[in-house]
Amino acid sequence: MPNRERKRDKLRWSKIYTFSCIRPTAQLDTDDAPFSLQGPGFSRVVFCNQPGFHRKKPFKYTTNIISTTKYNVLTFFPKALFEQFRRVANIYFLFTAIFSLTPLSSLDPFSMVAPLAFVIGLSMLKEGLEDWNRFIQDLKVNKRKVNIHKEDGVFGKIAWQKISVGDIVRVEKDQFFPADLLLISSSYDDGICYVETMNLDGETNLKIKRSLETTLLFEDGESFKDFKATIRCEDPNPDLYNFVGNFEYAHEVIPLNTNQILLRDSKLRNTSYIYGVAIFTGHDSKVMQNSTASPSKRSKIEKKMDHVIIILFIILSLISLISSIGFAARIKYSMIKWWYMRLPDSRGYYDPSNVAYSSLLHLVTVLILYGYLIPISLYVSIEAVKVLQAMFINKDMHMYDEETNKPAHARTSNLNEELGQIETILSDKTGTLTCNQMDFLKCSIAGVSYGMRTSEVEAAAAKLMATEISSFTENSPKSHQVARAESCLGNNDTVQQAGIKGFSFKDDRIMEGNWVQECNADTILLFFHILALCHTAIPEPNEETGSFNYEAESPDEGAFLIAAREFGFEFCKRTQSSVFIQEKYSASRQPIQREFKVLNLLEFSSKRKRMSVIVRDEEGLIFLLCKGADSIIFERLSKNGRLYEEDTAKHINEYGEAGLRTLALTYRKLDEEEYYVWNAEFVKAKTTIGSDRENMLERAADLMERELILIGATAVEDKLQKGVPQCIDKLAQAGLKIWVLTGDKIETAINIGFACSLLRQGMKQICISTTNVDLVSRDGNRIAKENILMQMDNASQMIKLEKDPHAAFALIIDGKTLAYALEDDVKKQFLNLAVDCASVICCRVSPKQKALVTRLVKEGTGKTTLAVGDGANDVGMIQEADIGVGISGVEGMQAVMASDFSIAQFRFLERLLVVHGHWCYKRIAQMICYFFYKNIAFGLTLFYFEAYTSFSGQSVYNAWYMVLFNVILTSLPVISLGTFEQDVSSEVCLQFPALYQQGSKNLFFSWYKIFGWMGNGLYSSLVVFFLCVNMFDSQQFCVGGQTADIAVIGTTMFTCIIWAVNIQIALITSHYTWIQHAFVWGSIATWYLFLLGYGMVSPIISQDAYLILMEALGPAPIFWIATGLITVACNLPYLAHVSYQRALNPMDHHVIQEIKYCNKDVEDKLMWTNEMNKAIQKTMIGFSARVDAKIRQLRSKLHRKHSSSMVS
Amino acid sequence: MEMIHVEEISTSALRSRQISSIHHLRQISFTPKRSKKSEVIYKFTQQNLHACKLSLTPQLVISLFLLMGIIFVPIGFVALHASRSVVEIVNRYDTECMPDEFKSNKVAYIQDISVSKNCTLAIKIPKFMKAPIHIYYQLDNYYQNHRRYVKSRNDKQLQYGLHYIQTSSCMPEEYSNGYPIVPCGLVAWSMFNDTYSFVRHGAPLFINRKNISWKSDRDHKFGEKIFPFNFQNGTLIGGKTLDPTIPLSEQEDLMVWMRASALPSFRKIYGRIEDDLDADEVVFVNIGNNYNTYTFGGKKKLVLSTSNMLLGGKNDFLGLSYITTGFSCIFLAVFFALLHVKNQRPDHDTSHFSWTRKNTIS
Repeated sequence: MPNRERKRDKLRWSKIYTFSCIRPTAQLDTDDAPFSLQGPGFSRVVFCNQPGFHRKKPFKYTTNIISTTKYNVLTFFPKALFEQFRRVANIYFLFTAIFSLTPLSSLDPFSMVAPLAFVIGLSMLKEGLEDWNRFIQDLKVNKRKVNIHKEDGVFGKIAWQKISVGDIVRVEKDQFFPADLLLISSSYDDGICYVETMNLDGETNLKIKRSLETTLLFEDGESFKDFKATIRCEDPNPDLYNFVGNFEYAHEVIPLNTNQILLRDSKLRNTSYIYGVAIFTGHDSKVMQNSTASPSKRSKIEKKMDHVIIILFIILSLISLISSIGFAARIKYSMIKWWYMRLPDSRGYYDPSNVAYSSLLHLVTVLILYGYLIPISLYVSIEAVKVLQAMFINKDMHMYDEETNKPAHARTSNLNEELGQIETILSDKTGTLTCNQMDFLKCSIAGVSYGMRTSEVEAAAAKLMATEISSFTENSPKSHQVARAESCLGNNDTVQQAGIKGFSFKDDRIMEGNWVQECNADTILLFFHILALCHTAIPEPNEETGSFNYEAESPDEGAFLIAAREFGFEFCKRTQSSVFIQEKYSASRQPIQREFKVLNLLEFSSKRKRMSVIVRDEEGLIFLLCKGADSIIFERLSKNGRLYEEDTAKHINEYGEAGLRTLALTYRKLDEEEYYVWNAEFVKAKTTIGSDRENMLERAADLMERELILIGATAVEDKLQKGVPQCIDKLAQAGLKIWVLTGDKIETAINIGFACSLLRQGMKQICISTTNVDLVSRDGNRIAKENILMQMDNASQMIKLEKDPHAAFALIIDGKTLAYALEDDVKKQFLNLAVDCASVICCRVSPKQKALVTRLVKEGTGKTTLAVGDGANDVGMIQEADIGVGISGVEGMQAVMASDFSIAQFRFLERLLVVHGHWCYKRIAQMICYFFYKNIAFGLTLFYFEAYTSFSGQSVYNAWYMVLFNVILTSLPVISLGTFEQDVSSEVCLQFPALYQQGSKNLFFSWYKIFGWMGNGLYSSLVVFFLCVNMFDSQQFCVGGQTADIAVIGTTMFTCIIWAVNIQIALITSHYTWIQHAFVWGSIATWYLFLLGYGMVSPIISQDAYLILMEALGPAPIFWIATGLITVACNLPYLAHVSYQRALNPMDHHVIQEIKYCNKDVEDKLMWTNEMNKAIQKTMIGFSARVDAKIRQLRSKLHRKHSSSMVS
Repeated sequence: MEMIHVEEISTSALRSRQISSIHHLRQISFTPKRSKKSEVIYKFTQQNLHACKLSLTPQLVISLFLLMGIIFVPIGFVALHASRSVVEIVNRYDTECMPDEFKSNKVAYIQDISVSKNCTLAIKIPKFMKAPIHIYYQLDNYYQNHRRYVKSRNDKQLQYGLHYIQTSSCMPEEYSNGYPIVPCGLVAWSMFNDTYSFVRHGAPLFINRKNISWKSDRDHKFGEKIFPFNFQNGTLIGGKTLDPTIPLSEQEDLMVWMRASALPSFRKIYGRIEDDLDADEVVFVNIGNNYNTYTFGGKKKLVLSTSNMLLGGKNDFLGLSYITTGFSCIFLAVFFALLHVKNQRPDHDTSHFSWTRKNTIS
């Protein structure tokens, strides 16, 4: 073949792969005729290599520019404005602002419009900034460069956004596909390429795509010079797994399927380059069609706040109504006699003959006037506070992962306080609790177990044992601390594992070539050969280390290859038909390269649970090498192949208990003749056309994978992420329930459950399964359901009858059973059972089931749920839960993109919830309560004054005071409360996770608290108003002899309110940094400064406040004396109440504050640690039975070791 | 034997802890030294700023209450004393100055221009009154704070006069006979027009009617060159007429009246007597009872009051409320002290932890 420069990739995968060789070749697929693409939904025509056609109608399609922004320059203003007025309160404020422009309002229009404009402007600014960030992100994507065919076979770089349908695109290795492409050809001869679809479905394994046979010829730029073809296909749709279309080239019509389609946002891997034709660009691409706006979530507190605001609205309407009725009575009966009013009014505002009309207008007036009851700045303050809180979460160094350089990220800031109210955590397993990194840890060869290192389960057991023993020796603070310190330390065997990634094996018997001396050297050799040969991976030379990296389909396989390499069997090359292995420790002690001819490859599938290769070694012998799940393999052993069955089974069991994944390794020697007979049949099956092919292939494979000889088993550790068990322990202590939802099998899930101490001693495991039901029978479904119901009934009965109050139960259920349990008539019962259990593990669940379980928990219990996961399969669950947390780990970004918070490691969840959640909850709760308090205290004084003005709607305060009240004079302290308040320090939060309960019990935003604060506001308003009014009464208030006018009384009252609410917040705050001091005292100072400054400007502007402080109030001692009295009187009941509560019913954080305040925690360390342990004991019932067994085992070992050392 | 293992384990744990603490130390020493500013920023973002924590311990609460009580009670007594030292004489005259024949029809009396409105009151001074003695008129049930009334004025016109024409706020006293009114609005129009003159020992007592308004009103709010114009020229005469030759900045009665009172019962200053009045002295007041409060049943009172440095006028309320609050504070201090003694809870008492309480209950 001329002009072929494909040096390295001379592979014909189609030959090796058995089950996926479905290449539609025109001559073969007679039954698979081209689709007749007619009718709606199939109108797209793509002229390959002729993008010119797509520049104008009717073939002009969407450009490749993507935009995820909500607004553009033109729509931003109207749309964002509309968004703002979806909040009921804002509509109210809008109406008041509009009415304030009419003479109905007693307030300056400016004082109504300015705050609204400010609030709305700020919210819109935030919205705009967020959208701007999205725009910048889009821009980055749109500006990415890619090679496209320009003309005459010349390729050149252009930006992604310029790609149009029909363009020929060349994508290099590890680049993303810029649009949905039709694969034309690749660097491989047979036109395959590897694709990583992590961004689409979260799967890390590589997928193979194949080009059409017809287009294979176009393998370099030159050949596209005169290439022309037409694609007719389906319209854009979100279905990722299907594609229907025809490829018309050289008068041939060839059907296309999803195998030829490369989706945007997936990545080209292991392939140097590909050529493709853009079919769907921009928003037409499948991934964009798939993107759904994540549901907007609101926190419980905010929902409750809405109720409170409704209550305030009711109060507002009530007092407005009272005012209007009073007004009507006045106007009808007394006002007509007030000659100085010159009634009736020509405009009808005060018309005794038309009282109804006048009082209706008046109603509007007072509705505006009393608007201060509804805190206009509440929303904007909360928003500001939440942004700052989110900033603190993002900046927290304790949640920053140095390895991946990823900090925690609060992607939505409006759920911060919800973090403090979680009751149930639903967690994914792989990638969340575990690293999705497999470490080859142990193996059993010829009935002998190798591998000295302990798994993490064992390590955890050892550690817990240390804790337990030290807790036996009570009252010795030292041992306590040691134990605690140790359990806090996290994994201290990281030092031990600093070696090769994926390989934690250590056993001198078979390492470093020592296996030659073992008695079963032949079997061991075979074992290593299976490790090195039985796989589908490709070696990738690593320039740095001189060895190879392996691109394997699953992490298990990668671990095997690394293990084989470390054992001295380095898989170094794969060609079309052979696998080459570099053997380090051969008989001649010289590294030699061996070639194994791969005759057939029987792929792994989850149905088969095994994979095999048939190889011919250098001596010409044919072997079938097979690895698979023990349950499958053991039933396929030959009679003489069961030599090691018993031992191996025992080892597999042990490994399983230690939380390891096991596979059995077998082989079979084949006669030449036997192989050819089978191969003939296999080839026949392979070339069969039609739907039966797969079945035939499977049958053929099944025929071959029999009579196996067992040689051993491998144990791979699914590594737990750092600090997971500790974190789960802490979360459990915080009173959280943890459900694990995993796609893994039941055994693995239970292992992991023990490893992270989700399952503990004394827990009774309730396994609900359908295994003993014959599903084949006709009523399978019904019977299964009844059976499950019965099992659940039994379990519930058991829980009910349990007398021991400390007994704990664990529910374990698999996906199949869950499908029944989630049905409408069963789910309630299931939920009740699950709620009674301390931990719940669901295995083999699909992504959809994950979401359904989440919804069930969320809606069924009505409690706050948090879902944490890392993969695309967790997206449903993350979006469904009240809070979704994404682990920004190795798997794609899908989970993170869907999440509300993202963290780099599961263990950061502890700090996120126990520290930030706790703080944010308290901050927001206190902040909102305070807001209600302060606005009621202020707003009601306006109402009382009305009674003195015969309900005329006159305000006692200058308009400017009212504007400034919410915006400047009281806003900063409350924002500092919401941002910086800490009831206890972060260390204490972590030491006493039980404090978290305050949030989940909602102690700080209960109706009791809310009404308490409202009552406090009412009291303060009464005190301020009536004390002021009576003090100034009618006598002169200063030496000059002048009496008080509205301005004097209003200003004094306002001063008192400023003092009272600011002192109140100073009393609420328990954590004073210079910021709080500056804000609280600064606010009060600002008021006086404002009064001074405002009094200096022209009397036209300052009106009755002209020189009021300088001339009237400042020199009058009564002003200052009154301020002092009213400030104290307002806060007296609160202080008394709080002190009383503290004295008799202190809350946990009160006691801790006192201890800290008196430095008792330093002076009396024993008490402090004792309390810590006591707080923990409640939840730490015990440890797993298996761990316990391990403890006993370790103990006896120690015992032995110790006695032997005594002897020596 | 068992104990020995324990030690073994705990020492190993200790060792590992030491190792880790060494690591920790190393980490710290390796981190580059931050400048003071970035250190503060770092501490800020880590929410680790130095803070003083307020904890309401019983001692603090008791001493706080006690302190407030100790401060407030004396202030209260001082204020009460100050209030009591003020001599205040209040005389209601709207009924007394009503001739008997008009008792049944007061409104007709007050609106009848032909009837003389003069009347004389004898006031007996109960206690020595030190100069200056302020003279007030007090109106009850008069809503100067009514929105319609308060709004019916124009500050710009008061300052700039006829140059300023936009006076719609003054409705319905904006124009009269087609000409603008200065000062416009209901407030000015309804100005109080009773007059008082005092006679002591047969000789008139001088009343100083200057400096009764705020200086800022005279200097800035009421124009120096603005003269009353077209005032009280309409069909309805409200209250006092103004001398059109005197500029607004010298019309102090107007200024006092224009300061809207906050409550429907209010006093406004009329003038000052600059002589001391002795106890048991009798002072005669000639009252021009012109102002109509009869229509709406308002009261008119004449008030003489000495003044006091601390409070101004006579008002026991302030002192009493100070004393009440002070005593409440002391009472609370005692209450909490008793509570503290009876319910002896040491600072480090941990029995109140929820976990401890729960355990003891169960």
